[in-house]
Amino acid sequence: MAEQQQASRQDRAAEVEIAISKMLRIGIVLAGLVIVVGLVLFLVTGDSGYPGDTFPTSLPEIWRGIVELKSVAIIEAGLILLILTPVFRVFVSMFAFIHEKDYSFVLISILVLVILALSFALGKVGA
Amino acid sequence: MNKGDVCLTATVIEILLIAILAGIVGSILGLGGGIVVTPALTLLFGVEINHAIGASLISVIATSSGSAVAYIRDRITNVRVGMFLEIATTVGAITGAFLAALIAPNFLYYIFALLLLYSAYAMVKKGKEEIPVNVPQHPVAEKLGLGGEYYDKALGKNIAYNVDRVYEGFGVMYGAGVVSGLLGIGSGSFKVMAMDVFMKMPLKVSTATSNFMMGVTAAASAGIYFLRGDIIPVISAPVALGVLIGATIGARIMQRLKSKTIRKLFIPIMIYVACQMIYQGWGA
Repeated sequence: MAEQQQASRQDRAAEVEIAISKMLRIGIVLAGLVIVVGLVLFLVTGDSGYPGDTFPTSLPEIWRGIVELKSVAIIEAGLILLILTPVFRVFVSMFAFIHEKDYSFVLISILVLVILALSFALGKVGA
Repeated sequence: MNKGDVCLTATVIEILLIAILAGIVGSILGLGGGIVVTPALTLLFGVEINHAIGASLISVIATSSGSAVAYIRDRITNVRVGMFLEIATTVGAITGAFLAALIAPNFLYYIFALLLLYSAYAMVKKGKEEIPVNVPQHPVAEKLGLGGEYYDKALGKNIAYNVDRVYEGFGVMYGAGVVSGLLGIGSGSFKVMAMDVFMKMPLKVSTATSNFMMGVTAAASAGIYFLRGDIIPVISAPVALGVLIGATIGARIMQRLKSKTIRKLFIPIMIYVACQMIYQGWGA
């Protein structure tokens, strides 16, 4: 009985891990491709789309740059995808733990997300 | 293509190659690769320190996610330990960000340097030990199901392990978070130390789990750097791509290395980071 419990716990853990691993792969492949497209465009045209060494740092500006196919804006979109990947990873694991009814780890995931949101909000104020 | 473009392309390729190296080293040692990227960019390419840290954060995130794909698939990463300890590192990171604004950090630098030197010493003592033996399962580890098992490709067998001294490990992880918040780095050496020296986990599991965790704290700081304009796209793009490639290669190499070998690579780096911190404390 104890052995069975142990085995099912292992299986459930494996499902959470597969979900996290898949999510991470999608994140890095997507980010990598977008960065490659932007970087190649930048090197081939030699044009960042922005004057001098400047580049946009707000989401609306970057979005406008992407629509206008500006190389640096495309690179930035890829970098944003890369930065968001670990945060999404915590999200995905929260849902995976809910699915596996592993509530202590659902709580842990939520706690990490709240702390991350808090640190981002505080950082924004400081910056 | 004119001469300026050729130079630019050459620089991008050089950064890409260094980033591949950073990804390999970072994924094997659980350090995130910032340890290679920051000095390379500042010393070789004359990049400003703020921008180098921005690129280094990108490198930490890329190493973390890039190597985790393989480490989780091969069940080296202990996801539960990682997520549990992330509470400590994220709270620590916020504390660090506040401390940076409130106090002169030189005292903290000395404490952290001493902690690193102590754990370098503990690692030297463990030098001959390939896998931890006779480790009791801590009650908290039992309750949260933190213990685990992985297949060691260098030894060719399954290794089951327990997790000890959860509170001490949690405390050191908090310290690791404080260091991240203060310096804007991944502080992987502290994370590996918390798991390897304090919680008595196998070294390979410790470095893989350290890598896994590092992306989360780095992502929080990277968001702030991005809004400030400290993540320069043209520099960070080759760093991200190179590190992703390097981390994928490194995750394969690490599994075939003996823990003793990884330890031998790790100890001098810890001593180097400790000296750097003492030097920083001196300057501040």
